[in-house]
Amino acid sequence: MLKFATIQLRDEALAEDAVQEALIGALKNAGSFNRRSALKTWVFAILKNKITDILRKGQRLVEAGRPYQDDEEDGLETLFDTKGFWQVDERPLSWSQPMESVKTDHFWRVFDTCLNGLPESQARLFMMREFLELESAEICETLNITTSNLHVMLYRARLRLRECLENRWFSEGEKP
Amino acid sequence: MMNCQQATRLLSDAQESELSLKNRATLKFHVMMCSGCRNFAEQMGTLREIAREYVKGSDAQGSSNPANFSDGERE
Repeated sequence: MLKFATIQLRDEALAEDAVQEALIGALKNAGSFNRRSALKTWVFAILKNKITDILRKGQRLVEAGRPYQDDEEDGLETLFDTKGFWQVDERPLSWSQPMESVKTDHFWRVFDTCLNGLPESQARLFMMREFLELESAEICETLNITTSNLHVMLYRARLRLRECLENRWFSEGEKP
Repeated sequence: MMNCQQATRLLSDAQESELSLKNRATLKFHVMMCSGCRNFAEQMGTLREIAREYVKGSDAQGSSNPANFSDGERE
């Protein structure tokens, strides 16, 4: 949670405060939860809201125009040949029963590793979009970036993430 | 013909907003012919589902608190 908050807010102290407040907020009402998982989900939901609030208010935390350059040096171009078609050994495979994986701890460790392997700005945008579930338009406005900039960053994040998951999990055969 | 780089870019963009009719048509044609992009297309949806699960079960993984309440979330 702390790591998630830190990446989003780019400020450890701010992130710690946000996580702490979320926990306190949740604990106040902990009596009403009889399932630990429900509580965790709820703490995370509070944290999401807090981070979203902070991001909305704190636009100046991000220097406009600086952080989200399209990074051409990340090697993703090598997935494709010169005509833009998949290299034979990079062509995505079919994942068998992917949603069975989410039941195992091992899968989540692999997922975390893959997420951590993304360049920070890509990880941040991916998490904003997919974890915080902010709409594209809102992310662009908050961070003062263009839609095409956002889309290319998300594209790169997804390319890399799916490649990593395939290499480290789905083509290894599903772990028990 | 649209190449895989263009097709995958559109498949990612489709997660953000609806594609134009023209893009949808050329993409559909490409995906019919290309198993790699077909798998990629499916995985875009899977990534999103995985992300939802991640948030649901966030940091539940790895903690082995003996005082666990029955945790039916991932079942």
